[in-house]
Amino acid sequence: MKSEITSVLLVGVGGQGVLLASEITARAALAVGYTVKTNEVHGMAQRGGSVTAHVRYGEEVFSPLVPMGEASVLGSLEEVEPIRYHNLLKPGGLAVVSAQRIIPTTVSTGQATYPADAKDRLKRVFPNLVYFDAVEEARSLGNPQAANLVILGAMSTALTLPADAWKESIGACVKPKFLELNLRAFARGRELA
Amino acid sequence: MPVAAWFATVKIQQENGEYVLQELLSGNEAIARGAWEAGVTVATGYPGTPSTEILEAVVGYKEDIYCEWSPNEKVALEVAAGAAMAGARAIVTMKHVGLNVAADPLMTLSYLGVEGGMVVCVADDPGQHSSQNEQDTRQYARLGKMPVFEPSDSEDAVKMMAEAMEVSERYRTPVILRSTTRVSHSRSMVTLGERRKPNEVGFERNPPRWVPLPLWGRRMRVEVEDRLKALSEATSTSPSNRIELRDTSLGIVAAGIAYQYVREVFPEASVLKISFGYPFPDKLFREFAAKVDKLLIVEELDNILEEHIKALGIECIGKEVVSPIGELSVDRLRETRARLEGRELPEPAHLPEEDGLPGRPPVLCPGCPHRGVFHALGKRDVIVTGDIGCYSLGVFPPLNRTDTILCMGGGVTVAHGMDKAGESRKLVGIVGDSTFFHSGITGLLDVAYNRGKSTTIVVDNRTTAMTGHQEHPGTGLTLMGEPTIEASIEDFGRACGMKRIVTVDPYDLKETIEAVTAEIDADEPSLVISRAPCPLKERKPIGPRRLIDEEVCITCGKCVKLGCPAIESSEERVRINPLLCIGCRLCEQVCPVQAISKEEG
Repeated sequence: MKSEITSVLLVGVGGQGVLLASEITARAALAVGYTVKTNEVHGMAQRGGSVTAHVRYGEEVFSPLVPMGEASVLGSLEEVEPIRYHNLLKPGGLAVVSAQRIIPTTVSTGQATYPADAKDRLKRVFPNLVYFDAVEEARSLGNPQAANLVILGAMSTALTLPADAWKESIGACVKPKFLELNLRAFARGRELA
Repeated sequence: MPVAAWFATVKIQQENGEYVLQELLSGNEAIARGAWEAGVTVATGYPGTPSTEILEAVVGYKEDIYCEWSPNEKVALEVAAGAAMAGARAIVTMKHVGLNVAADPLMTLSYLGVEGGMVVCVADDPGQHSSQNEQDTRQYARLGKMPVFEPSDSEDAVKMMAEAMEVSERYRTPVILRSTTRVSHSRSMVTLGERRKPNEVGFERNPPRWVPLPLWGRRMRVEVEDRLKALSEATSTSPSNRIELRDTSLGIVAAGIAYQYVREVFPEASVLKISFGYPFPDKLFREFAAKVDKLLIVEELDNILEEHIKALGIECIGKEVVSPIGELSVDRLRETRARLEGRELPEPAHLPEEDGLPGRPPVLCPGCPHRGVFHALGKRDVIVTGDIGCYSLGVFPPLNRTDTILCMGGGVTVAHGMDKAGESRKLVGIVGDSTFFHSGITGLLDVAYNRGKSTTIVVDNRTTAMTGHQEHPGTGLTLMGEPTIEASIEDFGRACGMKRIVTVDPYDLKETIEAVTAEIDADEPSLVISRAPCPLKERKPIGPRRLIDEEVCITCGKCVKLGCPAIESSEERVRINPLLCIGCRLCEQVCPVQAISKEEG
């Protein structure tokens, strides 16, 4: 008897709010009664490096890391980062990608170039792509820092967790004075998906 | 970064109708929780990824547990040992390479034994996510002839801390609890328990018990061997090791987190879960082997169980299908399964879209004070021997100003060794503030004592930065948040006998370049202290943000060579990202045409 494990992958660059989005996802799954495992990156990789957060939930979960081809949804706060992790997404799985570009120093110092055709690459790599500028969306709602919640809202359309669980989880994870903003950001993300 | 405190507590009804509280804890938080529940009253350690958050979580229990960041792991282990000799339950935490530093006291503590339970919590880093090597701490258990536990998730960590403390007291031995990056930094559910009443403390004088002079040490040596035999029985009956019988055509011995991956990839196979693997549970190995047709051993890093099982005369396979290099994963075990079944797994798809993606190596943060020192070193053809900390990032382009890294404190001494070998170029050793207190002082003493000529630069950013800003003897605060002394690096330099000591502000490039140049040129050893607090810890700008006047800018690239993430350049222009700039002024100082100035207003 093998029960289904749902896997969620969030990627970005240190400081973009990847960990908060994964915490909200984990708590939403907990609220429904699932067993949850998560993994996050600490240490050296946080200094400007690529950051991933894994969340897995189901009746029984073993590995805390998402295996290849198993993520139901992949969300990214940065434009090209998700391409590195495409192998983790299920065939046809939803990818939600923000148009935000974080320029690495390898580009600034001329050792590498930032792909000019990032959007076209994303369309080819992810047949099921939702693409928008999450920072602009969040800014229009009043605060660019809520970009992670816009992405998460769009990602939530590929998951079966109920709306109440998300609401409860967001309420538990953000400061009360930012709750209204974050709920609107999440709702905006659901509209965009 | 400090560990996020989630406290996602849920109430679960058990079969008997009673409720228990469960919480989603990281492995490190679970180790701390387990220590609190086990009645620990003393906890020590030195920061090191992936172990750091254990003590950071213990601080949450500081009403009940005395905790400290010690200057290094050796000191931390000795302090915990003293507490355990006096009868208290104690833990000490470190990363795998920290145990090399603490190995001296641990090897003899194994002979003395303990009175209160003592658990040495060591986090290995398979895959080298944040480490200079891969080490399997279980080898130390064998070397020191002491028990080792290997939790596979957070719930295991809490339960095994309790069992490890019991074993430690019953057999009067220090016990190792080996975690790994994925156990330490993954969250899973933990059932919360009550705190056991702490031990009474009172040291009992008994030199034959506590003094390993050969007269008594030789007896201890024999007792250690007897203890191992008794413990081998204990591991065979421990609840931490269990046989799960399913299909018996394949049986898998899985240690630590390997258990989780095995259950996912081989759901139908029988499994012997090993979480208390040394002294080897021979009875269990034999019992399990007799029940299955084919035996596979899966362990992360060294094939310790496999070699022993083979030595018992039991046929099994292991490292020929599970490489001992790097960390395990579901994906790697799927490859193993395919090989066992004579299948080929398709290679993971490589898409043309992945080509030419820009690398994103870790870099010094915008406004990092270390950058000024590396810039100054770029003015001279010197050999720079680096050390462990954020400044190890000085090795990457465009700074390219670190030539070697060996270990904690090695920045100071490797330079001295090259100097004595007759290296013709000038030598500069770099060490951080926390690392200086950890093991740089003895090196500096050696340079002065043995008439060296190398220059030692302490890049003092007033914190243990790379591991997420822990206090140390120079910061004026203890782990528990109490004000304390601020050990002076200058005073240590003088006490070591250094005659040339200069302190610079690394944000003042002229001052830094002049001082570094003068000390490199000096024909005697010198100590340069570059002092400015880590801006990531301060969380406030150093000064007004800088702007580039594009009318004036000649795109010469001098500012870009500082390697600041806030300076973004393309073929036609250079700009400063206002979201990242914190106004350190370094770029303004290197600009030859004064194109950079502070933002108006």
